[in-house]
Amino acid sequence: MKFPIYLDYSATTPVDPRVATKMIPYLTEHFGNPASRSHAYGWKTEEAVEEARGYVAALLNADPREIVWTSGATEGNNLAIKGAAQFYKTKGKHLITQKTEHKATLDTMRELERQGFECTYLEVEENGLVDIEKFKAAIRPDTILASIMMVNNEIGVIQPIAELGEICRAKGIILHCDAVQAAGKIQIDLATLKVDLLTITAHKMYGPKGIGALYIRRKPRVRIEAQIHGGGHERGFRSGTLATHQIVGMGEAARLARAEMASDNERIRMLRDRLWAGLSDMEAVVLNGDLERRIPGNLNVSFNYVEGESLIMAIKDIAVSSGSACTSASLEPSYVLRALGRSDELAHSSIRFTLGKFTTVEEVDFAVNLLKTKVAKLRELSPLWEMYKDGVDLNTVQWAAH
Amino acid sequence: MAYSDKVIDHYENPRNVGSFEKGDDSVGTGMVGAPACGDVMKLQIKVAKDGTIEDARFKTYGCGSAIASSSLVTEWVKGKTLDEAIGIKNTQIAAELALPPVKIHCSILAEDAIKAAVADYKQKHANELPGAPEKQVAHG
Repeated sequence: MKFPIYLDYSATTPVDPRVATKMIPYLTEHFGNPASRSHAYGWKTEEAVEEARGYVAALLNADPREIVWTSGATEGNNLAIKGAAQFYKTKGKHLITQKTEHKATLDTMRELERQGFECTYLEVEENGLVDIEKFKAAIRPDTILASIMMVNNEIGVIQPIAELGEICRAKGIILHCDAVQAAGKIQIDLATLKVDLLTITAHKMYGPKGIGALYIRRKPRVRIEAQIHGGGHERGFRSGTLATHQIVGMGEAARLARAEMASDNERIRMLRDRLWAGLSDMEAVVLNGDLERRIPGNLNVSFNYVEGESLIMAIKDIAVSSGSACTSASLEPSYVLRALGRSDELAHSSIRFTLGKFTTVEEVDFAVNLLKTKVAKLRELSPLWEMYKDGVDLNTVQWAAH
Repeated sequence: MAYSDKVIDHYENPRNVGSFEKGDDSVGTGMVGAPACGDVMKLQIKVAKDGTIEDARFKTYGCGSAIASSSLVTEWVKGKTLDEAIGIKNTQIAAELALPPVKIHCSILAEDAIKAAVADYKQKHANELPGAPEKQVAHG
């Protein structure tokens, strides 16, 4: 086993070696600018870009002409949300999203609020899912755009996008979907889903970092305003010289994902269930987010009465993410777990395990044993654990906040 | 996050972990902090007949620096009188463990834990006959 064991596939994935192999000639040999129409160097790379566009479109069951290359998910979400809001602003100024979205969506909404738009941030249910009735109730006559992610990055729950699509289409509201954590993990069929704009990125599906795609529906046609101006690349939606090698990598990653997703998922789900079986065997362990409506590779668990940063310190042989504030740039514990109604303590003591196609049974078993040993050790140190074992209800204790 | 070697040593080999019998007259217990803030320290001192602290125990819910700070003070209070123990300053703890600025609150909490444990012991013995080694002092 290679240490630390990588269980953070939702942060990023390694590039599949087959993807890397396909990319390399486009750095050295086929280096032409795909926009060069006057010679074979350009023709060669334009062909490669269009082949890749076809693979990405096929993964989403979309038309290649509906795919625009971006630098990644943050740009994709910015382009979709700002672009649509600004194009349709004469129709209305109200936007809808939810509190558990990625910062790339939430901060974009905040910026639009500064520009004069109004945004509703929906609460989610205790299982992390948006409530359809609450979504409907948030719609106003001047609502122009809703942005709901397909799969949450922290807890892996799958939102009811098909139903939201029907509602939005009936009301004439543009639906943007951040599908970064969904692409290559669950089926996305844009021929049936009534989603108008959809963001994906390569580095969450064994492709390279720095490349993503935005799907922009053609039928019925959705319009957006460009955010980056220049040479008019990508039919004017996104100017800038195309990064051929990155695009080729994303295309190959999409092709492989489409071909291998079903078998990979079966294995990953088995490993995730094995991990949960091992961890749920422990006392005072809480699963965050719905277990059924969830992607196969995600497990988000809070280990009660253990503090998050000391836990991360104790399990440095595995590479995971924590909901603890101490491990991130902000001083607040995970806002996603707080939105589920988890207490600060439980949010602090959460660990996100995300498994991928290179995860093995041995790695999962190692992680289970490590967690069992270290959590037990930290609980021996924990006065809260002692009080819990003595039958003290910690909610009745008067703590001196500091 | 980079921890000093001393923090890592106390975190990996915490000294004097555990609990004394709460009902024991010779024991003073201090519990400070709050779970929502990410730190709770419980410090117990066992006071000998001559008024010196003969033993100490701790349990801490918190980050590595909080665990190290409380582990360290269990070593420092041993052999000290109650007055000497409450003279331990957070700056001494922070300096010994080379705590970064964002972790100074851990040393403050450890200082508070000593004061709370001493106050608890003194309160238990407030009504003793004259000749008791300590007079009760006001504490909050």
